[in-house]
Amino acid sequence: MTATDLGMPGSSRRTPAPPAGRLIDSPPFPVAAKQYLADSQLRANLHHATSTIRAKRARVTAELPNWEQLRLAGEAVKDRVARHLDYYLEELEQNLTANGAHVHWAADAAEANQIVVDLVRAKGVDEVVKVKSMVTQEIELNEALEAAGIAAWETDLAELIVQLGHDRPSHILVPAIHRNRAEVREIFLREMKLYGRAAPDSLDDEPRHLAAAARQHLRDKFLRAKVGISGANFMVAETGTLVVVESEGNGRMCLTLPETLISVTGIEKVIPTAADLEVFLQLLPRSSTGERMNPYTSMWSGVRPGDGPQEVHVVLVDNGRSRVLADPIGRKALRCIRCSACMNICPVYERVGGHAYGSVYPGPIGAILTPQLRGTAAAIDRSLPFASTLCGACAEVCPVRIPIPDLLVHLRHRVVDERKRSHLGLEQALMKGGGWVMASGPRFGLLERAGGLVQRVTGREAVGPLPWPASLWTRARDLPLPPEQTFRQWWRANRDPLCHPERSEGSLRDDEATTVTSVTSASAEAAAE
Amino acid sequence: MGKAEIFAAIRAALADVREPDPAADVAVPWEYGQATAVEDVVGLFAERVEDYKATVLRAASADAVGDLVAQALAEHGAGSVAVPAGVPEAWYAAAERAGVAIRRDDPPLTNAELNETAAVLTAAAVGWAETGTIALDHRADQGRRALTLVPDLHVCVIEAAQIVTDVPEAMARLQASLNDRQPITWISGPSATSDIELSRVEGVHGPRTLIVIVVG
Amino acid sequence: MMSESRTTVALFATCINDVMFPDTPKATVLLLERLGCRVEFPEAQSCCGQMFTNTGYYKEALGSVRSFVTAFAGYDYIVSPSPSCLGSVREQHPMLAEWAGDKGLWREVEAVVARSYELTEFLVDVLGLTDVGAYFPHKVTYHPTCHSLRVAKIGDRPQRLLRQVKGLTLVPLPDAEQCCGFGGTFSLKNPDVSTSMAAEKARNVTSTGAEYLVTDNPCRLNIGGVLARSKSGIKTIHLAEVLAETEGGAR
Repeated sequence: MTATDLGMPGSSRRTPAPPAGRLIDSPPFPVAAKQYLADSQLRANLHHATSTIRAKRARVTAELPNWEQLRLAGEAVKDRVARHLDYYLEELEQNLTANGAHVHWAADAAEANQIVVDLVRAKGVDEVVKVKSMVTQEIELNEALEAAGIAAWETDLAELIVQLGHDRPSHILVPAIHRNRAEVREIFLREMKLYGRAAPDSLDDEPRHLAAAARQHLRDKFLRAKVGISGANFMVAETGTLVVVESEGNGRMCLTLPETLISVTGIEKVIPTAADLEVFLQLLPRSSTGERMNPYTSMWSGVRPGDGPQEVHVVLVDNGRSRVLADPIGRKALRCIRCSACMNICPVYERVGGHAYGSVYPGPIGAILTPQLRGTAAAIDRSLPFASTLCGACAEVCPVRIPIPDLLVHLRHRVVDERKRSHLGLEQALMKGGGWVMASGPRFGLLERAGGLVQRVTGREAVGPLPWPASLWTRARDLPLPPEQTFRQWWRANRDPLCHPERSEGSLRDDEATTVTSVTSASAEAAAE
Repeated sequence: MGKAEIFAAIRAALADVREPDPAADVAVPWEYGQATAVEDVVGLFAERVEDYKATVLRAASADAVGDLVAQALAEHGAGSVAVPAGVPEAWYAAAERAGVAIRRDDPPLTNAELNETAAVLTAAAVGWAETGTIALDHRADQGRRALTLVPDLHVCVIEAAQIVTDVPEAMARLQASLNDRQPITWISGPSATSDIELSRVEGVHGPRTLIVIVVG
Repeated sequence: MMSESRTTVALFATCINDVMFPDTPKATVLLLERLGCRVEFPEAQSCCGQMFTNTGYYKEALGSVRSFVTAFAGYDYIVSPSPSCLGSVREQHPMLAEWAGDKGLWREVEAVVARSYELTEFLVDVLGLTDVGAYFPHKVTYHPTCHSLRVAKIGDRPQRLLRQVKGLTLVPLPDAEQCCGFGGTFSLKNPDVSTSMAAEKARNVTSTGAEYLVTDNPCRLNIGGVLARSKSGIKTIHLAEVLAETEGGAR
């Protein structure tokens, strides 16, 4: 039963339409952030969710005495894979093929989508069930299938909420993190009946009841599905095994019940050996959902006669990853195992949510991954490396030790360098002048005196609201003016050995201590005014 | 197009990598397969499994399993149970006597039949204490994957000797199954979701109830 | 304890302190002298270059890297009251030298970095002190800056020093390790998010009932600006200024 079957006016779609427009055309981060900051419901939803998950992560990672060793091991395995990606991909392909799987290679999103569309069409079906997968979002597979007349049903609860809500995911682990229970209830009541089994009229906003409605709605789809589509959290080269980590059992449904399984994965998901899973299957659940272990982990090695799909495809997608790999600093981002710990801890993400990042990869990891995967031609992608205070909380929780702040700075440099080549703006001129001044202590000393002048002229120690661009600072904060005497001037007057040879004896005059104290008090009081 | 193009791009991107041997190029500072320090392995396993809102029953010996299975099925009002071919008859004989319909997966039950079956009874491949997890490698006494997925109640029997400390020891035990290309399913409690306001709900698509019987 | 010949310390005052918060380096001088050190201020110093580096202007930051090694080449102990600026020297100067492909500069940077200390590291690790004889009869709360925790990695040394200050009451700050939203040019490039974070930090500070917020000066500029605008009455102060206060002081 679909929208078409129901004769919905003006709609020939099989699945709910996502918001119009392309993510890459999103406004620059500061513009979007301002808009989302103003949404107090969103702020409350995000604050509640991220603080809950942060606390859980902190508790279960502290439980393991060897957590830091696990992180070091995870980092090393991922670095080894990245530096020898061709080697491991060859091994993976050989073993998958030996296991009876069909391996396909896609250089970009269009190729990947075409491969999947062709495979589904060849099975003669017009619908598929899907396990939550970041890479299929990245390549916008659902819309490609929709365009080919194939309905792709998201089966993860949060993805279902997003799909039925005509929405986009805003988090890689909890895609509907921006929705509260009342909003979910409304979406289920309004939309489920258009695409399958309706939600019961009596549905309230208890998460237990909402989950039960999803179970009912999806069960028919699982049982009749001929084709399942998944991603993979890991692919083991040594054995040709794919691994999916999940909670709800929707993954197991999609991986087990259909006759045909198509798994679409990024090429960086390969790991060398099955033994390496002992590292990642400790790092991932504790970092992501903050559990000791997620409820279900599925591993399958191609086709198993009599058990599960008898036709198995693996589509290996580059889509910018080899470009990321080409930068020895930037390639560290490819270690990412999509746990979401960095976004859960990020104070910027917590305030604005995932949609402000204009990418399926939001938060700190998105800010370093998106501009590398997509390049920096779009305004949103140029703004992402600057969407961080560089507070470093993300790097501290990253299970594979991606130095996110260093990569942000590295990409800022890339953006600035590209801009320098195109035109000279105010910022570049200021930075260039500033760099020249700061290259020399004496030059800086000269400039400093101008600062003291401001206070002497205005007779004030702090200022309130000022016009742009100072307003960016002063609309919410006072700005203290520099004191009349810089430290350098004080040093010359009180300590410079040329002027004060007696200082070499190191004696401390009582009056100096008093001077400092009174100056300190004065400025503290001024700031408090 | 396709593979050749991707491999050419990868090889060009890795021009800075001089050492051809991956293991020599990047050492992994980790000793694989090690047990961790757990005093009472079975006790911790039971505690951690119950943390997930699953139920743990203890059978003093293999003889006691049948009655515990019958009792568990009765308590949950399960009128039918799917059993893989390799499950010992002794495990379900008592339940059968009590009137529970035994559905052997031979010939394979259809998805619709499975959907109408209340419970499933299986053995396990390995379990481990630290995370309270059971792994199935889907050999004859555990059956194909759909069996332990579609029915709403999973009764899983594991011997104390099959329980190890933590993930690394378990992975070492599972290596043979992976070498045999057996599918593997790790189960930590019943299916669950935290997708709505991070509020945990047990029971979504997979079995909503998990009962683990530890033997010995 | 100190040896016979007094330890000579080269002070890295940092540009923001030099101009905006001169009391901080002054207090550092007085404190170190009180503890028996000889303090020098190499005038060739300017700035750590962090603002340029963190905004993506590597070339413009290189002058600061060079002026830093020139200014501090001859010293055994380079001490700065700013964990943020010192963290930048430690973490970013080697990266910039490497980026510039200047092996000579890189070696000079590595040598200078190995002798650089944040003030509390110098006090606790080199001088072996947590009680520096300070007196500050006030209720204070402490905001550990992100760069002190995660870049300079000075740990709990500031709190250990504060707890030994006579008369001082240290009250815990809720969500202390959360960023205040300053982030250098972040505060100008993303003013709305920055302001929102600063406001939350200021609310947490106010909730402690402290008289003073002790923190490093870049964050002090940010949080203090909000505290001042909201007429909270809470004063801000740098740790060095607290530690420089003695019983004879006039606060």
